This record gives sequence, structure tokens and C-alpha cells, in this order.
Amino acid sequence: MEPFKLIRVHDNQAAIRTALMAGSRFIAGGTNLIDLMKLHIETPKQVVDINKLPFSGIEELPDGGLRIGALVKNSDLAYHPVVIKKYPVLSEALLSGASPQLRNMASVGGNLMQRTRCPYFYNTDFACNKRNPGSGCAALTGYNRMNAVLGTSDHCIATHPSDMCVALAALDATIHVQGTKGSRLIPFGEFHRLPGQTPHVEHSLLPGELITHVDIPGMSYSYRSHYLKVRDRASYEFALTSAAVLLDIRGGRIQKADIALGGVGTKPWRAVPAEKVLNGASADLQTYRAAAEAALSQAKSYKDNAYKIELAKRTLVRALTTAAAIS
Amino acid sequence: MAETFEQAEQAAALIKVTYEEQPAIVGLEENLTSAYKPAAGLGGAATQVTRGEAEAAFQSAAVRSEQTYTTPVYHHNAMEPHATIAQWEGDKLTVYDATQSVMGVKGLLSVTLGIPAENVQVYALYIGGGFGSKGFTWANTLLAPMAAKQFDRPVKLVLSRQQVFSTAGRRTQTVQKVSLGADSTGKLAAVKHATISETSFVDEFVETAGVATTMLYSTPNLDVSHELVRLNRGTPCPTRAPGEAPGTFALEVAMDELAEQLKIDPAQLRLINHADMEEQKKKQFSEKSLKECYQKGAEVIGWKNRKAEPGTLREGNYLVGYGMATATYPANRSASTAKATLFADGHAEILCGTQDIGTGTYTVMTQVAADAFALPPEKVKVKLGDSSYPKGAQSGGSQVSASVGPPIRAAALGAISKLIRLAIADPSSPLHGYKEEEIMADNGKIHLIKEPGRVETYVQIMNRKGLDKLEAQAKTNVSTRPSTPAPAPAGSPEAKAEEESKANKAVQEDEKMDRKDYAFHSFGAHFVKVLVDPDLGMIKIDRIVGVMDIGTVMNLKTATNQIMGGMIFGIGMALMENTQYDPNNGRVVTRDLAQYLVPVHADIPEIEVHFINKPDTFISPIGARGIGEIGITGITAAIANAVYNATGKRVRDLPITPDKLIS
Amino acid sequence: MADNPNHPEENDEPKAGTTRRGFLSQLTFAGAGLTLAPLLGAASTKGSEPVLAAAAAAEITTVSLTINGKKHLLSLDSRMTLLDVLREKLSLPGTKKGCDHGQCGACTVLVDGRRINSCLMLAGMCAGLEVTSIEGLANRDQLHPMQHAFLKHDGFQCGYCTPGQICSAIGLVKEGHAHTDAEIKELMSGNICRCGAYQNIVAAIKEVQNA
Repeated sequence: MEPFKLIRVHDNQAAIRTALMAGSRFIAGGTNLIDLMKLHIETPKQVVDINKLPFSGIEELPDGGLRIGALVKNSDLAYHPVVIKKYPVLSEALLSGASPQLRNMASVGGNLMQRTRCPYFYNTDFACNKRNPGSGCAALTGYNRMNAVLGTSDHCIATHPSDMCVALAALDATIHVQGTKGSRLIPFGEFHRLPGQTPHVEHSLLPGELITHVDIPGMSYSYRSHYLKVRDRASYEFALTSAAVLLDIRGGRIQKADIALGGVGTKPWRAVPAEKVLNGASADLQTYRAAAEAALSQAKSYKDNAYKIELAKRTLVRALTTAAAIS
Repeated sequence: MAETFEQAEQAAALIKVTYEEQPAIVGLEENLTSAYKPAAGLGGAATQVTRGEAEAAFQSAAVRSEQTYTTPVYHHNAMEPHATIAQWEGDKLTVYDATQSVMGVKGLLSVTLGIPAENVQVYALYIGGGFGSKGFTWANTLLAPMAAKQFDRPVKLVLSRQQVFSTAGRRTQTVQKVSLGADSTGKLAAVKHATISETSFVDEFVETAGVATTMLYSTPNLDVSHELVRLNRGTPCPTRAPGEAPGTFALEVAMDELAEQLKIDPAQLRLINHADMEEQKKKQFSEKSLKECYQKGAEVIGWKNRKAEPGTLREGNYLVGYGMATATYPANRSASTAKATLFADGHAEILCGTQDIGTGTYTVMTQVAADAFALPPEKVKVKLGDSSYPKGAQSGGSQVSASVGPPIRAAALGAISKLIRLAIADPSSPLHGYKEEEIMADNGKIHLIKEPGRVETYVQIMNRKGLDKLEAQAKTNVSTRPSTPAPAPAGSPEAKAEEESKANKAVQEDEKMDRKDYAFHSFGAHFVKVLVDPDLGMIKIDRIVGVMDIGTVMNLKTATNQIMGGMIFGIGMALMENTQYDPNNGRVVTRDLAQYLVPVHADIPEIEVHFINKPDTFISPIGARGIGEIGITGITAAIANAVYNATGKRVRDLPITPDKLIS
Repeated sequence: MADNPNHPEENDEPKAGTTRRGFLSQLTFAGAGLTLAPLLGAASTKGSEPVLAAAAAAEITTVSLTINGKKHLLSLDSRMTLLDVLREKLSLPGTKKGCDHGQCGACTVLVDGRRINSCLMLAGMCAGLEVTSIEGLANRDQLHPMQHAFLKHDGFQCGYCTPGQICSAIGLVKEGHAHTDAEIKELMSGNICRCGAYQNIVAAIKEVQNA
């Protein structure tokens, strides 16, 4: 780790001001930031402890939605009664990620900001455009079994590792941020960026901006949902593939489907082509398979990860089948 | 030299190394054509073994199975990383090292640093797991004393988890071709097992994957070979059941394939080819109850529920499969020494220069010593992990219990014998004038066998003599190696123990036993039931039953734990573990515990371990063979065979991950 | 545990893995004449003059920590994690470092009663929190019920992961989300036991849950 000044802040404005200093990073749970600092991948000069800021609450909104403070711990969110009742897909996604210890530490804001687990990003002995812009991407011709098949570029094929974000993508969440010019809202789909030619630009926050909370819109109670994660070991591992699905089925017909995929995309992957196939279609296996084909139609595989295309399709079909069977 | 971990780590990151780049030779499978035959394995082990005419017999066999099996590089990943603390006082060096051999480290430091062995003191009181990785000595053990000398202060050096992946050994990758030829009844006519594995450019290590194949089944014709390819990787080293673990994967899956071709039940095929004797060395087995292992395992798992036709049994969304395989590992024993001391306050102590790497040596040796001392265990203190103690065995080859148990027992018996003789010779003792054979020890007292009322306590005898302690040493010069162990160098502590052992009845009885006509091996059988989600390729092991024939079970709790641990290591090998190297520059890519997956709680099924528990009277008076490694042998094959039985997919390349089942 | 099956005694001979033949044999041949001086001198005399890199100086942070009920006022390098403070500053080495990256659970402690990975927690962020490490569980000679259950069920082998497993198990019981064997296993999956004492650990936890 490089030396840094640990600065504890007690109000938003102080946090934002401090964060504007060159080389500042907010810290909440620290589960990813400290990890990366130990490997000299993150080298902040100031680490701004925001745990005393007032963003630790979970409240129901008048429109039936839910407001989640950025500092809410992953475990507290996963086990919150309203989340379990109204947004079980979010609870399932959270509980499939990391370990109980890490979930007790990690915050919602930090989970949004978590960086890829691509082994080439995680090892400063290798070239990585995300870590060191312009240095190249060692994963392209390296061992890339865990890498992405959707949203990749010639500059980066790293997956976004979060499970929570896959559920939030399907739930149409909105991210609230505060900066020097006041507050603004960022639709979930616009928060994370595709790598393109600038893989090091991972999100759309402006300098100094602070995530304050995440809103999930109110849902119709007839939604059935499921989060399915496929991996090499039974727990405590990032996804090979995952799917968050929400289905509104009436009279055997899908009124509305919200679909997102994990483990396959360079960002939490909203599967719009799959939703187009599902919306209005009959709720049956044939439809689900067609949706899965559509979801992966743009996928591109690399040396070791062609299986992910097939596995992601099967994951989505199974998630849809499972959700549809919920009474 | 840094004052703190934070400084050291920061400073190390500032070091820039410049070097000339040369093309790297990085992949085993890409370089098979440069394989060469090594002269021998570790310690001179034979690597090319033949009998009969294997090739001709294979070619003319009625039924043949020939396949190539591959296993990846595995890393031990003991939870405790390698670590060393070194301190000099004048020309004397004290080292605290995470090692499987305090004696080995003492010797190595003496040689490399050019200082007399008596100036080196090594401690390893507790070790956070080894699995072979702490059997060799790595750079940390040498660098810490050098730095401590340079700066004249104590130095601590701990490897990071990432460094463990590149600088502290590994299990090699293997490419194994197994060819089995049988007659139509299933009797093996020929067995060929050709292994290619990798080594480094600076040293040679052979993963002797074919070694178990030389003795596991009866066959007149055999050809076991090993070849090596040099790669730009560090030198590999032993990993839990080196050779047998990957080797039994290949052999035991091959047996399953042969059984299917023959339409014979796989367990039955093993019985048909049961080796009644060690056919390569032409020796009897010291004790072998393998047939009972098959029988018991089949019964407990419900083997009769297995369908011969793969993919035909279902439970809900899952395909169900049953698989089995044989487990085997040699029973090793080497010369060891121990010292026993009775104290006037009634407690006793054992000193032995071996170490407990987490296998339960402290516990089991306390039992052995307490029995021999005739004292309750809480009155006995066993001290290990100190190089100033009499030389004990290295923690490797599953040999510690069989090696140090006998001298510990003999030393304790020797101390009691001395005590009895003191009493006999003492006119004030109620036992004065009797013969030693007429007296026995029981619960801190000695008494006349025929008249238990004629008794006195250890404490009484010693107090009367004004002794604060009574010592005895024993060295058992017994080895399962072909050659007899050499006598200890004159004047060494071991030589003194050897001299004293000449009058020790327990040592003499142990040493005079003729072992040369016996082969010492442990056996077992694993039976596995798996559930496979055929769409997602996810494997859930439902049950594992292991039945082990390991001689006397000295402690059911620790023995069960050892076997379960071996099985779980095997679950890792079978389903998830593998180290990947960058194909371009050869660096380890999967170098932490998020990328190199080892089994977690949620991967563990219901595991049942059973023991035959028949004493091996030839290996030692204690009757126990080792148990640290046999649990991992055969288990990968049993899982792979169960997955095949469930799905009809034969995966010959470990680990069996979802991608391989859906392709 | 592992070594050469045929000739275990061979491993009593000293072996240096990566450089045995090249390095060790060279030194062995040098024999009695070899002293530390040439070995140590090599580092400073060979090669070109070292280029000194500028290292930024450590930042000091002051924090009051409550560990096992005892308050400590400490001036620390801001980089120090809770794990390293416990082990290196407070002589509480019971908490273990297995990976230093939240990937093994050996460093698990309880903070305000919740289990966390102390390797990823900056000590400077622990002000006002109650930290309980393995050393703080027993009440004098009276073991915590979870410690007792681990002993009874042989829930360990080498013991290195054990302090983390025990703290994690206590956290799990308190959280109250694990009602079946499968749930206990899932919610203990943040604690790796390489020796594989998992089944016994589950038995120990169930005993405490049912007490």
C-alpha cells in the first residue's frame, strides 16, 4: 500500500470538497478499495471515510418504491423485510455474492463502484488498459475463461463482478448523487460504462460526486422473479453466468419482462433484446429459449470462454422457467 | 530492512528489476515432444517399471481401453503461508519456521550458511498445514537468517498468498495415457501407464503418477513409465499423495471405462483383479483387507441402486450417478528417536524432533505415551517441533505415527523399566527382590502382578531415591526402505539413544522382526453419489462413503478427520482447483484464493468414513499405518465415474467444471 | 504430510526447492570454507549502483480502539488494517492472516457483534467500535460455548483457520438466518478450512444453536 491520509468526514459538503482534491477516494466498507490498494492498483493520497454520513437508512417511498442509503450494508439490505417481500430478486442476488463477512462490511455504494476481478487487472505484472491506459490487454490472448462475452472491445474484456448490480439493472434502479453543483439522478443503465477505447472510465460520476442513495421504483405485486447464479464452486465465488429475471405473467402471457445478466458483460447487462422477445409472448419454454438466443445474439467469445455463451443462455432459460413457476 | 509490514510491502513495490527477455517455454501440452526420461524420482524412486510383455499382451487382449487423462497444476494452499523468523545470538542461530521437518531445516541451514549444525536451533511448535509445501525448504527460510545477520537483529519474513503461488512449490500438471487390456472375463492381461509431467530448468521433480499402478491390480504384463518436460516454471514439489493422487485418477477412471466395455460392475472388476500379493516386488502384503472395503462401501452407499446405463436415474431436476474407486497409499516408516522422562511430581514428558502439521500428532502420541507410561493422558506432555530434541521423522509420506510411535512407546517403557529396577533393588520397597517380569505398571503405580496389593507409586520410588527425574531414550532403526538405516554417527545424541536401545526390550522386539518379505500398503474404497444439473452442468456431491484399511485406528476422531480432509482435498481436485499460467509469459494468473478455488463449506456433502481397524502387526508394535494421504487417492476418479454414471459424459480432464459438462 | 512415498527418509535431507541443484550444491562444495560473509556480501557488491526510488512517508493516524473490552489509544500508520494492529501492535496473534484479501476468512473477528474480515478493515476506521477477537471470547478459564463445541467435535486440524471459523460461527448464530445444515454451510462459506474439518465444524455450530 502507498501511504495515504485518512480523513474522516461528517457532512456531505466536506466529503465532496475533500474528494475534489487530487488522488482522493471515498471509503465505506473498503472491501474492494483496500484489496486493490494492497496490490498497488489503487494508490489514493487521501482516503475519505464517509461512514458518518447520513445514508444508512432504508425507507419506503410514497409511490411504493424503496430508497436505499448508499452506506447500507449488503447484508442489511439482503435481509430487510421489505426487500425480501417486494424485491426478493435483490435479496437473492446480494446473498449469492461474496461471503457473510464481506456482506457485513460492503456498502451499496461500494458495490456499485466495485471494479472488475479480471486477473490481469489484479496483477501489476501484466498489461491492462483499465489499470494502466494504453498498456494493452493481456487478457485478450491470455487465460480468459472468466472474461466477458458481451460489451467487450479490443481494449478490454473484463466482466463487471457484482451480483447486486445485475438485480438493480433488472429493477430499473436510479442512482442519486451529490456533487459541487448539487444533486442529480443517474438511471442505472447509464451509470456503468462500456469499455470501448477507454476501459479505465468505468462509471459516469463526475469528480467529487458522492453516491447518496439508490431508488427502486414500486412494483406490481404480480411480478415473479428469480436470481440464478452458476459457478464452479457452491458459494463464495464470482459468477460464471447469472441472470436476474422479473416476469409479469397474466393468463399464460408475459405482460412485461425485465431481464439482466451477470458474469458475461463488461457492465451489469440489461438484456433488452430478450425482453423484446418475452414481452407479449406466451410464457413457455420455446419463448424462453428464443429470449435467451436474443440475449446472447451479439456475444463474442475469446480463447477460453466460448462456453459462457451457451451457459448464459441456459442460465436465463432456467431463471425464466423458475420464476414463471412461482405461484 | 523495514521496521513494519507496511514499510516492507511499500518498499518492495518500488524495486524495479530490469532483465533481458527471452522466449518462455510455458505449456506442458505444447511441449510434450521435448519430454525426457528422468533417471529416478525423489530419493531414487524407480520411474520406469515393467514386467512381462505389456505391449504385446495389450495388443492381443480381447477387450482394450486406451485413453489419455490430464490433470492441471494444483497448489497446496495451506491456510498458513510460509513464514520464517530468524535471530542470531553471536554465532548461534534460532529460527522459527513453518516447516514439515525441523531436522531438515536445521541441516539445510547448517550447510547453506556454513555453520555447525549444533549452532542452529529450529522451532516449529505448530504448523498451519503443510500438504507437502513445507516439506521442501524455500527461499524464505534462507533469506530471513541472512538478513538477520546483515542487520544484526531479528527478522520476520512471511510470504503473501500471491507469492505462495510462485515461490513455494506445487503439484505438477500431468498427461497420463492408460492402456488396459483384459480377457472377456475382465481379468487384466496388460496394464500400461505412461505419465508426462513438468519440472523446472533448475531441478528435477517427478510426479510418480504410475507408482500405484505397479501394485494395485493383478496383471502379468505391466509397463509404467514417467517422462518430464522442462518448463519455465519454478520447481514442483510433493503435494498430498504425490503421484498417487493424480495417478489414481487416471487408473481408476480407466478401470471404470474398462468395466463399462466389459459390461461388468466396476466394483466387481476390482475384485476380479484383486492383487493377493505385491506382484512387482513379489512380496506378501503385511495386512490387506481391501475386499472388505469394497463390500462395506457398496453396502453403505446403496450401490445396488446404481444403474449400469448412464443417465437413466433421476431425482427431480437432477441426474443421479454412483461411482467408486480404489484408494491406496504406501505405509512408510523410518528410523526415529525419542526421549522419555518421568518426573518426581508424577508427570511424564516425551521429547521427539518431529512436528505436528495439523494431523493430530500431539494427540495421538500423547495416547501412545500415556499407555506406555501407564499414566492418564493429562499427566503426559508430548513435546515436538524442536530441533534440539532427538531426531524424529519428517512429516511426509504419511509416516509420522508409524515412525515415531514405536520409539516414543519404547522410551516410555524404558523409563518404567528403569523405575521398576530401582524398586526391585531398593530394600525399602515392597517390591524389593522380585523380578521385573513379575511387576506391572498401572495408573502411576507399579505392583506385583500376582499380588496387586504389593504396590507403590512412581512418585514414592523417585522421592525415596531423591530423584527429580528419570530419563530413557529409544531409537528404532526400522525402515520400510529396502536398505537398513545406517547407525547414527558416533557421539551424536542418536548414537547415545541407539546404545541405550540395545537394552530396551520394546526396541529389540521391534527391530528383530523380519520385514523383508512384506510390502506395506494401505488400501481403501471410495463410493460417491452425485447429483448433476444437466442443463447448467453443476455438480452437487450428495454423499461420499470411504472405507479405509489403514491398520490400527489410534484415534477415531483424528483419523476420521484426516480421511475426510483428504476426500475434501480430492473434491477440490476433481471439481474446481486448477492453477492457470499465462500462455504468453508463463506467470501464474490464478494466484489468489478468489481465482484458485478450494472447496468451501457449501461444497461439502454428507461424508461417512469407516475403518477396517485391523492391526498391521508387521509395520510396528502399534499396528498403525499412516492416514494423511490415502484419503485423497482414488476420490477424484470416484467422483468422475459418478458424474459419468449420471450424465454419460466422460470427462478425462480435471477439474470437471460446468463448461465441460454442457459442451 | 506428503512426500516421496517410496523413500520418505530421503526428505530428511535438506532440500531447497527452486535452486537446490544450482545453489545448494555450489554451497555444499564450498564446504567448511564457506562463511556468511560472501553470501551476504554478494547482494551489495554485484550489479550496478542501486537507483534509489523516492518513497512517500507514512501518514500517522490516531485512533482509540476497544479490543476485547479494553481501550487502546494508538498512533498508527494509516495503512494498518485491524488485522495487523491486532497481531503486530497489540500482541493478539490469535487472529490469522491467510490471504490478506478477504478470500479466506482466517482473519474474521466480531465488530459490534458482527463478523467481518479484519484484513480489509483499516484500523483507523474502527474508532468507537467494539472489536472482539478470539482472545476475547473466553470468560477467564471458561471457554465460550462455541470454543468448547469445536473442541468436542474436533472442528479443526491444523488450527490456523479456527479462530476465524469460531468468530464466524458466533456471528452466524447471532444473525439467526441458518436453520438447516445447508444454510449453515452456505453461511459459513466465507471461512475456508484447507484441512477439511467442515463436517465437524457444522456439528459444533449445531450443538451451540441447539443448546
